[in-house]
Amino acid sequence: MIPAAFAYHRPSSLNEAINLLAKHGDEARVVAGGHSLIPMMKLRLAAPQHLVDLQDLAELRRIDSDGTMLVIGAMTTQQEILASGLLAGKCPILGDAAAQIADPQVRNCGTIGGNVANGDPGNDMPAVMLALDAIYRVTGPGGSRDIPARQFYQGTFVTALKEGEILQSIRIPTPVPGHGAAYEKQKRKIGDYATAAAAVVLTLQGGTCTAAAIALTNLGDTPLNAVAAAQALVGSKLDSVAVAAAVKQARAIARPASDGRGPADYRTHVAGIMVARAIAKAKARAA
Amino acid sequence: MQKMHVKLTVNGREVEALAEPRTLLIHFLREQLSLTGAHIGCDTSHCGACTIDLNGKSVKSCTVFVAQANGAKVTTIEGMAAADGTLHPLQEAFREHHGLQCGFCTPGMITRAWRLLQENPNPTEAEIRMGISGNLCRCTGYQNIVKAIRAAAERLQSTKEAAE
Repeated sequence: MIPAAFAYHRPSSLNEAINLLAKHGDEARVVAGGHSLIPMMKLRLAAPQHLVDLQDLAELRRIDSDGTMLVIGAMTTQQEILASGLLAGKCPILGDAAAQIADPQVRNCGTIGGNVANGDPGNDMPAVMLALDAIYRVTGPGGSRDIPARQFYQGTFVTALKEGEILQSIRIPTPVPGHGAAYEKQKRKIGDYATAAAAVVLTLQGGTCTAAAIALTNLGDTPLNAVAAAQALVGSKLDSVAVAAAVKQARAIARPASDGRGPADYRTHVAGIMVARAIAKAKARAA
Repeated sequence: MQKMHVKLTVNGREVEALAEPRTLLIHFLREQLSLTGAHIGCDTSHCGACTIDLNGKSVKSCTVFVAQANGAKVTTIEGMAAADGTLHPLQEAFREHHGLQCGFCTPGMITRAWRLLQENPNPTEAEIRMGISGNLCRCTGYQNIVKAIRAAAERLQSTKEAAE
């Protein structure tokens, strides 16, 4: 499969990249790892006339902490997420999700920025970011702005990112004491999108859940923030009654397609199981 | 569309060529450099038959443009054996343990395993299976591939110890 022709640009700074996008408008696309865009280009579902490759922007390739926030550059690969000692210690749910994405070769190319910014409801990181209440810092011709992940996803491949803007970094509030989080995904095989998957973030104090967030992958047009499901856990000891209530609330908002991954009612059923498993794992990590 | 001038190091040799930016790296290797070892299987980044080593990492060359690889260091299956034709221990082990039947996936399997054994010189069976999870083989059921990689790891380890 051979994509349509394009002019190739490899800017050496974010500023230069922004200027290229401003110059070429909707004829230009940025490419990070390319493992979503290039397959679309090969199928000619995407045919940008200008491709702006971000690989030389070292400023977008970082994992660090500024005290209150974990900061992950948009060009950080899934493999770099998996290999990060800082993230394994502070925020292991990111490694849970990265390990479930594709395979080693694809994780060497695919970036966290591409995964969250593309707007594909099958991608795994967006639900994790909803649950963690992450902030996306984007930069455009007018400067930088912050968009909460919970306000970013508007529809399939439709996001709050405006033309000419580039995702720069993902900022995650540093987990508080008593925090535990986990991502559970069912898929048919390595490399598949989720039949259903759930991200759970909890805070426990003396065995009582004081805060919770739950988000779901590939069960609707966007990643789903399961607010009522999370609310069902708050104030409980995460006993079987509370977990069953959360599972019920999560299933109530799932709207999966019936496809090769199974009929919609099966996928909705699996969603509940993923929620229950992620709660159990998050609870164990919080303890 | 205008061609661009690309310069890569492929199997230790500097290569310069004119290519359209949209040329996929696998097509560039196979058609412009006549390095036909890496195969095109699924052409959709699933099967791993096109696996090569790009700047020290295993990647699927059907999903990389040659423009992105401009300036990069590439190793393919053709770069595994020594200059005198002596096979790499992984190639020997695949032969010894019958790690292939039709051979279509083999260049990708060996190139991936070559990088895996540099990342993790002494992998468990489970680590080998996860390490080659991006490479599909439709003949062997993987048993002999895993055995071959394990055997090559042991041989490389003992060679290294003997040298120390």
